[in-house]
Amino acid sequence: MKKIFLLIIISAVLFTACKKSENTTPDFDEKNLASLSVEFDNIVGGRTLTFNNTTVPYTNAKGEPFSISMLQYFVSNIKVTTTSGQQYTVPQDSSYFMVNGADKATRFATVKVPEGDYSKLTFVLGVDSLRSTMLVDKRVGVLDPAAGGGHSGSGMYWGWNSGYIFFKLEGNSAVISDDQQGDPTGKKQFKYHIGGFGGYNAPTINNIKTITVDLNTAGIARVRKGRQSNIHLFVDVMKFFNGSNVLSIKEHPNVMFSEYSTNIAKNFTELFTHDHTEN
Amino acid sequence: MKLSYLKYLLFVLLFVYACKKSEDVQQQITSFLGFQQPKNFPEPVYAFANNPITKDGFELGRMLFYEPRLSRNNTISCSSCHIQSSAFTQHGHDVSHGIDDRLGTRNSPPIMNLAWNKAFMWDGGIYDLDLQPIAPITAHEEMDEELENVLNKLRQLPAYRNKFKAAFGSGQINTANFMKALSQFMLMCVSSNAKYDKVMRKEQNTSFSTIEAAGYEIFKSKCGNCHKEPLFTDGNFRNNGLAPSAINDLGLYTATLLENDRYKFKVPSLRNLKYTAPYMHDGRFLTLDAVFQHYTNEIQATENLDPLLNKNGIRGIAINGDEKSKLLAFLNTLNDEEFINNKLLAEQ
Repeated sequence: MKKIFLLIIISAVLFTACKKSENTTPDFDEKNLASLSVEFDNIVGGRTLTFNNTTVPYTNAKGEPFSISMLQYFVSNIKVTTTSGQQYTVPQDSSYFMVNGADKATRFATVKVPEGDYSKLTFVLGVDSLRSTMLVDKRVGVLDPAAGGGHSGSGMYWGWNSGYIFFKLEGNSAVISDDQQGDPTGKKQFKYHIGGFGGYNAPTINNIKTITVDLNTAGIARVRKGRQSNIHLFVDVMKFFNGSNVLSIKEHPNVMFSEYSTNIAKNFTELFTHDHTEN
Repeated sequence: MKLSYLKYLLFVLLFVYACKKSEDVQQQITSFLGFQQPKNFPEPVYAFANNPITKDGFELGRMLFYEPRLSRNNTISCSSCHIQSSAFTQHGHDVSHGIDDRLGTRNSPPIMNLAWNKAFMWDGGIYDLDLQPIAPITAHEEMDEELENVLNKLRQLPAYRNKFKAAFGSGQINTANFMKALSQFMLMCVSSNAKYDKVMRKEQNTSFSTIEAAGYEIFKSKCGNCHKEPLFTDGNFRNNGLAPSAINDLGLYTATLLENDRYKFKVPSLRNLKYTAPYMHDGRFLTLDAVFQHYTNEIQATENLDPLLNKNGIRGIAINGDEKSKLLAFLNTLNDEEFINNKLLAEQ
């Protein structure tokens, strides 16, 4: 009898414990932080991202075959909203990430947010204008102008206008001509270096895009201590070409700091879809 | 006897020499006064609070300025294109001559009075002095190097490890400390001791000669709007009516992409013209005569031509031969010999 009683108590305690961790939403407390990661899983249409896939290239909406040799972009200013509408903005100093398609380790943006259930994720694709005009002391980590080498290599900083390249996509396509309009080196390379933070003294092109992802359909993020909630996003590079602005590689094989870059940047918000959340 | 006399002499000589040396050191220590705002200059615009100038920081900056390791193959330093005797320009070169004998597209501007500069480069693309050196270091035709490589090279050298430690407590050889040291050196390159300055500050009863004074009056009415005293630039970007170059350099437009900025370039200072020929953003004018010829007769009606050069539908500035010689006499009072000979700014 005594034993059965004890068993009931133990079960009850266990059950409550279970219930608490699985279903109860913790109080929103900005001091009670736990880890949340956002995974940027790069894909190309219906295929995974592979580099220098010249044998079986991808094909865009214009019917142009292409392969990819470099994919890098900045993700910053991460903000999350709970199911009950409370917002949390990750402190700026720990909210800048550079995703490098060639380095799987960089696909996670891991931040600390209050324990809670989150149904909305917001972030900036690029580097906000405030950070683009900050003092040299603040330009550390992925924002260090020395990081990754020069802008013609894998660097993401434009020395001549003190701004960052937000999105860098390079590759090859047979449709590119060998003249001045294409790639005079004959390598048939395309280079898309998209940046532009809006100017320091006078307003100039602004390609900073804020991306908002609704997590309700594919799974909210339940952030708790001792666990790793992971919001798994697909980043479809094909949308870079086939978004609401359809890009022709032949017509625009090189787009850097130019008026046309704003058309490409319009596609940025279409790149990201929420696939699922691992809680 | 003879020997001991010699010994004595040697000893005395040594003593004298030692004395002399320590005196020099003494002088050097006391002569570093940090950044000083000349009495006839406005408040500087550089944010010194974020990068206070110290003796060690300045000296580190000077080492870096004269350091060829900043370039890919260790051949080109900042001083290659910014030579002190030419008021920190590359005298005799229309456009800068960089690594592997590559040529740039613009004339190397003076490192002078940068604490009062709001925007850098001929096209104003850089607005913070602490970020400027990245441009020449990474430019293909200048130093063609990556910043991280430069820092790695410096990290190998004890002299730099010690100097970074002395200048910045952490001793870290990183982007911020590297840039700040270079800024400290460049900010100290102040040219403010030309005859003009001494006249303005009423030093040693200096005064303009009759012809200089006449030139000064003409200058104020015909040139001073853009070449504003006492820096002799208003810091703005203007199209001064040059025919577009072969490469059709669009100037400020390349940094802003604004139609109104096509063909605008930074208004250069008129200080130290004696040492800084050739002139204009692409060094197309080899002499001041050619510059006068441009302003009086050769102004082109290109997009965004500055209205001051197109008053009442008449292009250019009317300057006759007599006025020109007076103006030249006045411009000569802007040459600062102390600046180009200042040992503090020279390679040590």
